[in-house]
Amino acid sequence: MAAGQQQQPITMDTFLVGLWRENPVFVMLLGMCPVLAVTNSVANALAMGLATTFVLLCSTGMVSILRSVIPKEVRIAAYIVIIATFVTVVDYLIQAISLEIYNALGAFIQLIVVNCMILGRAEAFASRNRLSRTMVNSLGMGIGFTIALLCLGSVRELLGSGELLGYPVFGAAFEPWVIMLLPPGGFFVLGGWLLLFAWIKERQQQRAVRQRTEEAGHDVR
Amino acid sequence: MSADSLSYIFLNAAIINNFVLALFLGICPILGVSGKLSTAFPMGVATAFVMLIASVSAWLINIILNHFGLEFLSLIAYIAVIASAVQLVEMTVKKFSPPLYRALGIFLPLITSNCAILGVALFQTSYEYDFVQSLFYSLGAGAGFILAIVLMAGLRERVDLADVPSIARGAAMSLMLAGVLSLAFMGFSGLGG
Repeated sequence: MAAGQQQQPITMDTFLVGLWRENPVFVMLLGMCPVLAVTNSVANALAMGLATTFVLLCSTGMVSILRSVIPKEVRIAAYIVIIATFVTVVDYLIQAISLEIYNALGAFIQLIVVNCMILGRAEAFASRNRLSRTMVNSLGMGIGFTIALLCLGSVRELLGSGELLGYPVFGAAFEPWVIMLLPPGGFFVLGGWLLLFAWIKERQQQRAVRQRTEEAGHDVR
Repeated sequence: MSADSLSYIFLNAAIINNFVLALFLGICPILGVSGKLSTAFPMGVATAFVMLIASVSAWLINIILNHFGLEFLSLIAYIAVIASAVQLVEMTVKKFSPPLYRALGIFLPLITSNCAILGVALFQTSYEYDFVQSLFYSLGAGAGFILAIVLMAGLRERVDLADVPSIARGAAMSLMLAGVLSLAFMGFSGLGG
């Protein structure tokens, strides 16, 4: 990142924090509704992720620019109006680019307004950081959100219809798990991913503990 | 039952297309506040109340914006009305029940960003419901939300006492529970023809 080298406080971590350690979906559990609702195919998940990233970048940037102008008492209302403005822009933009995707996502494009992740980033990060730092962080968060959507979308499409991006993956003998495309599938797949991450984290912790005790053993000897 | 009878609209919003378990709206409070039955129920009622206000106001907003040909402002207008309604509820709860106010904490102002409420306003507009129909739609949606959050809270209170593997504690378990509930609600999809 060029910006990261020029200015001291922007580190690689400002960007990476959204991808893994504070991933908005898998760690913070924010913005769950679109995550579950539109991830029944990879294409929908990607479109939703990009739309949300765009709104996130624009609105946190705007909040960061206006952060000294907005009075503290009405800040939430001001943020919401800024977000709603950019969502309206995205709404018309997607309608113009692809009517097919617009119909598939339905009301969930307009519901980006109430994605708690965006409001959360505006409040927690953009309102107290300068523009360049905010943009780097928001980009990381947006990419983290998109990756999470793709994680869910690919599993659900693969199991639910035996396809990936519309191309068949398994042979004709594959019996699709229709349940994965239906609402319960969304809950189960997200639950499954959370279980996987919790398991990885627990193994890491156990390994760290074991290493520490081994090192302690060396010191005694 | 025909598709635009009032009873069908109510049942459709409450059970068949339950906002939480079938349409994935309002998941955040369902995961956040459903730890205990005693806070889950008031939270459900507060949300249902804001839904009712939002639905009536959305109907009015649509008429006004249509009159002036400003439909593209509808989203901003809805969210502004919802935010003020939530402020109203927050002040009422703070005045009449401070313990409840503290128990609900951050999730009370977050009703603003509950997708279920904006969802009611958006869906009733896209279905082109008239005033009475949207009233029943929002009542049904509210009832469905209360039902879902109370069921979740009941299940989670039971799971707290069960012996769950350590990696499944917390959010993963709640999501699995929600999945099972959602599976159960799919059984209603034939209701009302």
